[in-house]
Amino acid sequence: MSGSLDQIFIRIKQLLLAPVAGAPDWLMQITSALINIFALLGIFLTLFALISVLERKILGRMQNRYGPNRVGPFGLFQPVADGIKMLIKEDIVPARADKVVHFLAPILIAATAILALGVIPYGRNMTPFSIDGGILFFFAVGSTTELAVFMAGWGSNNKFSMLGAMRAIAQMISYELPLIITTFPVVMVVGALSPDAIVAAQNGYWFGVVPHWFVTTPWGAAAFILFFVSGLVESNRTPFDVPEGESEIVAGHMTEYSGFKYATFFMAEYIGMFAISGLAVTLFLGGWHAPIRGLEFIPSYVWFFVKLSILLFIYIWARGTLPRTRIDQIMNFAWKFMLPMAFTCIIAAAVWHYAGRGVAGWFWSLAVLGVVYIALSILLDTRKKFATRTYRFAE
Amino acid sequence: MNSAAFVVIAILTLAAALAAASLPKLIHAALSFAVAFIGIAAFFFLLGAEFVGLVQVFVYVGAVAVLIVFTILLTRRDVQDTGKPNRGGAIIAIAVFGGLLWAILKTSALSIAAPQIEALTVKRIGGVLMTDYVWPLQCVGVLLTAALIGALILVMEDRNEG
Repeated sequence: MSGSLDQIFIRIKQLLLAPVAGAPDWLMQITSALINIFALLGIFLTLFALISVLERKILGRMQNRYGPNRVGPFGLFQPVADGIKMLIKEDIVPARADKVVHFLAPILIAATAILALGVIPYGRNMTPFSIDGGILFFFAVGSTTELAVFMAGWGSNNKFSMLGAMRAIAQMISYELPLIITTFPVVMVVGALSPDAIVAAQNGYWFGVVPHWFVTTPWGAAAFILFFVSGLVESNRTPFDVPEGESEIVAGHMTEYSGFKYATFFMAEYIGMFAISGLAVTLFLGGWHAPIRGLEFIPSYVWFFVKLSILLFIYIWARGTLPRTRIDQIMNFAWKFMLPMAFTCIIAAAVWHYAGRGVAGWFWSLAVLGVVYIALSILLDTRKKFATRTYRFAE
Repeated sequence: MNSAAFVVIAILTLAAALAAASLPKLIHAALSFAVAFIGIAAFFFLLGAEFVGLVQVFVYVGAVAVLIVFTILLTRRDVQDTGKPNRGGAIIAIAVFGGLLWAILKTSALSIAAPQIEALTVKRIGGVLMTDYVWPLQCVGVLLTAALIGALILVMEDRNEG
């Protein structure tokens, strides 16, 4: 029963493919790919609509007010209304803008965001685009986002846009390093670049209780936190949303976009957030594996989306509670703290591996991480003393 | 299927490369250059060299194209090339192309059937890099680290003077 429910989407795909069973190979491939693409787009665009309204609801709850509550039950049809509004808005292109580049930027940014979704395993046998170097594909596709952001900033021919694009590219390039380097320990320990192999390696339980996820090891936990923070920066979310800091530069590289093009940027940001969270789930949180042995009867894709939702909630939570950082603070943090810690994760993973991947390795890698962390905090002098507060009173 | 894909990718890549050489605005040229890079990556995919194709996208589109675009942006803004196409450059390019074509057609490599090679998996590349080519790899690592440190030192000196 649980097996058939687990594989229900695979069965549906096989049923859909049945009419073209006798067709030549290339037709089968194209049909299969199209089914995957439509499934991906359907699921993630629905999730985008849901998250956009849930985010406003949760933020409202945190700020002690109602969120959207007019359209439909609990305001759930808000995204439909928003979509219609965005579609019928006038599409304004500045007179001095570079028309072609201005037009292509939102398309490119959405395309790269959606492409990155393809390599993530959503459940047992449920990887839409299963290739050997899946992790590499994810980052290769992600690295073209910078070009798209640049095109948006430059094509708009606006100072706010250009400044926002420069900030975005600066922080994306800086945080791409810790983001990629924190995946190295996982890739090294598993010995494969394919997301399927990484998920398969996290099967099983320590002492029959604690799941075999990499986040349960010290290097995995450290790498997960670094990865998550870098992911926050990569998707330009608060507290790292200086590229579109409304109080300083209007909307950054999206200043000159209106109507549906703006909505496309918005969508790309959320899809990028889903992709990076999905990769975090795959790399560190055991992918679609159940957390407790007794709960394995629940289908694998449910577990994946539960974990994804938890990460997305943390994204929204961070947005609701943290103030925006300054761009120089972000850059200093990347190069002086994130990067050394990311390298330490590699060493800690190696120590864990050579100490036999057991309890001894667990403590040794924790020791390595702890020593570097303390050394870094002394070197960077994070315990700066605040000057005693002086008061000035009007006379 | 493969030959059709080859023709489509070849046309796209060549068109992008031509655009990169002939577009009047430098930024447009740089962006079409990035498209040409993607076309070359598609060729690698078609040949089954998945890893090389991904690295091509990663390094050339993600880093080199961004670098080119930034260089243009920070040095010369809105420079329009309105002059006539450079005739000397075209002659040199045709001469180099002809020379390469002649050399390729003359070599005996074309008449020998290609030997069957093992699939170029990431694992195999990693294994070879860590065993046979470990010294070149280390040298490249040292070189890149030196370049990184050099760039940092240049920036730091600048800051002290100012």
